[in-house]
Parts: sequence; structure tokens; C-alpha cells
Amino acid sequence: MNPYLCAAYVATWTIHITYLGILARRYARLRREIQELKKRD
Amino acid sequence: MKRAFPILAILTVLLLSYGLHGALISAPTEQTMGDVQRIFYYHVPSAWTAFLLFFINFVASIQYLVRPNDRADRIAKWIAGVVSIGACIAAVVIRPIPYGMEPSAVATTGIAITGIYFVVRKYFSEQGTDVLALVAAEVGVVFCTVVLVTGPIWARPVWGIWWAPGDIRLTSTLVLWLIYVSYLILRRFSNSSQTAGLAAALAIFGALDVPLVYFSIWFFRTQHPQPVIGGGGSIDPRMLHWLLINWLAFLCFAALVCWSRYRLEILQRQVEEAQALEALLEPRS
Repeated sequence: MNPYLCAAYVATWTIHITYLGILARRYARLRREIQELKKRD
Repeated sequence: MKRAFPILAILTVLLLSYGLHGALISAPTEQTMGDVQRIFYYHVPSAWTAFLLFFINFVASIQYLVRPNDRADRIAKWIAGVVSIGACIAAVVIRPIPYGMEPSAVATTGIAITGIYFVVRKYFSEQGTDVLALVAAEVGVVFCTVVLVTGPIWARPVWGIWWAPGDIRLTSTLVLWLIYVSYLILRRFSNSSQTAGLAAALAIFGALDVPLVYFSIWFFRTQHPQPVIGGGGSIDPRMLHWLLINWLAFLCFAALVCWSRYRLEILQRQVEEAQALEALLEPRS
């Protein structure tokens, strides 16, 4: 496969997966905060 | 609605796989550029998706600003309707500007603008429009980043350079990306009650760059290739088929990510409200 083509497709999915990873981390943090709020209630 | 999310997720995975297969294997190889041209199947749909998301951000920001004022809301509603009628008249009666653009593209764009405006108005509350604006800008920046990364990777073997300094299409796209990054920074680091309003105003100015990016290849001399759809250009029907499949796949993917991010933001705001309430009720020592 052409290296430039390969680089473009890999870069595209790296960007999207990185963003999805950031969202997953935010969601995990939020779940922890919800658990803490529930414990204090 | 609970069932719609997994159905959309499955559909997105299938479409992305189908689109990837088509872009890398089934689509015909371009004669002059060879395999490098296949970057086009990711670059162009990403750009269209980013434009659409920035446009949704623009509409949601206007909605957020005009919703509390009845008169402003009515005026905005009329303007949205006039845009659609005006675009249809321009497409039929007047030769559309710029020269070479398909009349159907002008009419479709006008109707889409009005359609999105009324859909956002009907289905989103005042707080909902603010969240929608934030989500659309964030996901739009991700897609615009893909455009800015894949563009130079295509340009290096085809033009011999990574970036054409001074090229209006490239520069205006970079400016667009910077405007929306600054919008996200403003939203992230400002805690004032006026942040949402200020961000909405910034988003309206930012959106003005979208037509500049889109029309720049008609109005200015640029190294960027001319449009292949709706702009008088031509494309092999098989290439067009795979381009549209990939755009549909990216649209589904963007909808899925926006949906998740929207739910996350709503949940985050609820948690922040609960924490603030708890802090108020907590007895001071």
C-alpha cells in the first residue's frame, strides 16, 4: 500500500480514537463523581 | 430511543467498514495520482461533516441568543424562511453566484439551512441549544483536524510540498480550525454566567468563515483542486458512489459521537448542579 495513503488513513482513525478515548475517560470520571454523591446522600 | 443508539452504532460500523473497503479496494485508481488519490475518500467527507457540524453550532448559537427574546426569535424565524425561498428563486431565476455552481446545489443548501434551523428550534430547549452548540463545535474540530492532517499528506506526493503558504483555501481552513479551538478553550476555562452567550457570539463570527472556506476556490486563484460535485466539475460515477458512501458513514459516526457527547454534557451539568447544591446545604464549621 502507498505509504502516504496508509499514513492518511491511520492518522484519521488515530484522531477519532483519541477523541473517543478522551470521552471515555470523562465518562469514567463522571461516574466516579456520581458514586461519591450517592455515598454522601 | 434506547434502541436507536445501538442500531445507529451497528449501522455506523457496517457503513464505515463498507466505505473503507470501497475506498481502498473497489474504487477505481485515478490515472495521474494513483493510489494517493484514495485519501480523497476520507478527506472530503471529513470536510463536509466538519462544515455541517459548524453550521449546526451556528444555528444552535443563534437559537440560544434569540430564544429569550420573542421579537428576535420571530425575526430569526422569518430570516430562516427567507433564506430557503431566496435560494430556490436564485437557483431558478437568477444565474447562481459563483459561476459554475449547480443551481440544484444552491437550492438544496438553502432548504437545508432552513430545515436545520426549524429542527433545532423544535427539538431543543434553551439549555439544549447551548449543549448542542458545544457538542457540534467539539466534534466539528475533530473532523476539521482530520481535514488539516490528511490534506498535507495528500499534497506532499502530488504538489511536492506539505503546505502551500498563502493559499486561501488552506489558510481559511486553518483559521476556521483556530476559531473553533478558541471557542472550545473559552468554554472550557471560563466559568462566568456570561460564557455561553459570549461563546455563542464567537461561534456566529466563526461560522462566517465557513462560506469563505467553501467559496474560496471559486473566488480566488488557489492550488486546491476544484470541487467535483455541485461546482461544474466531473467525477467517475464509481468514485462518486464511494465518496457518498464514506460521507454517509462519517455522518452516522458524527451523529453517534455527538449523541454520546450530548448525553455526557447533560449528565455533567446535572452532577455540577448537585455538587453546588450540596456545597450550599453543607453546614459550615
